[in-house]
Amino acid sequence: MMRRVLLFIPLVVIVAMFLLFQQMIGHDPSALELARKDKPMPEFALPDLHDTQRFLTQNDLKGKPMLLNVWATWCPSCRVEHPYLLKLARENGVKLVGLNYKDDRDAALEWLDKLDNPYAFVLFDAEGKLGLDLGVYGAPETYVIDANGIIRYRHVGVVNEKVWKEILEPLLQTPGASS
Amino acid sequence: MKRKPSVVSILTFFTVLLTLWAGTSAAIDVYQFPDEESRERYQDLTWELRCPKCQNQNIADSNAPIAQDLRREVHRMVVEGHSDKEIVDFMVERYGDFVLYRPRMSGRTMILWVGPAVLVILGIIVVLILGRKNKVSQENDGLSEDERNRLRQLLDEAEHLSDKTDKP
Repeated sequence: MMRRVLLFIPLVVIVAMFLLFQQMIGHDPSALELARKDKPMPEFALPDLHDTQRFLTQNDLKGKPMLLNVWATWCPSCRVEHPYLLKLARENGVKLVGLNYKDDRDAALEWLDKLDNPYAFVLFDAEGKLGLDLGVYGAPETYVIDANGIIRYRHVGVVNEKVWKEILEPLLQTPGASS
Repeated sequence: MKRKPSVVSILTFFTVLLTLWAGTSAAIDVYQFPDEESRERYQDLTWELRCPKCQNQNIADSNAPIAQDLRREVHRMVVEGHSDKEIVDFMVERYGDFVLYRPRMSGRTMILWVGPAVLVILGIIVVLILGRKNKVSQENDGLSEDERNRLRQLLDEAEHLSDKTDKP
């Protein structure tokens, strides 16, 4: 009897592995977890990209759930997602704030001039100081920040229709995000 | 007149090439340290911290911009006199446990620390159980006393028969 049961062990192991591997499909192993999940935005004081005399802080991000989009002109994927960000801002009325990350100011201004500006305002982080505090490790990255300035989620990579519909939009609409 | 390149010259060529390549791939930045101790601390820390972008390199070894930034931060904090623990906490606060090549003991990393030991113990238990089973099955061939006697009888008869047939 015992023997019979033991014979099933390989089957159980294979089924377990099958389920495990199935879960790993579509999971990007290079994606880092967000260390600051459900924590407040780190404190910062960064100049506005358009007006470097004007300094913005974490308090300027509060009030309404929003997306903080980390971008740079040296980042090809940022150009890919740019038209979709424009659409989100124009058609869906999403509050988008840009974090211009380790970039050249003139190039960044030219980019927004040429490709149009989806952002309510853009933080100019030339040295990547806020980027470091947030745990940015590449661009583009998009953070979901709720009305109280708490970081809820980070998407690494291009924002497109699928990412917006499946992840970002539900997060922006959750009661936790808007309260 | 054309000359064939000798083996030695080919080898030399590749050696030089490799040397150049190694020289360019190592991360180089020039940092000043107030004393030898902080230089060593900087080296140990950048050796122990993992580059968030490049998966399997430490930040001392990587040329990724993010690794450069983290080295700069480590240097700044070492020079400012922060302890190793403060510097590591600073990195973990921003990039999570991922940046540590030696994960800490915590609920989430417990399986890394305890897992191998548990597997070894499980393995030993399995081996012991199997060993014991073998022994038992050798001692017990599933025959009753009567059957065993009958078997012995049959074997004896067979021997007698073969003895007879073998004789000329």
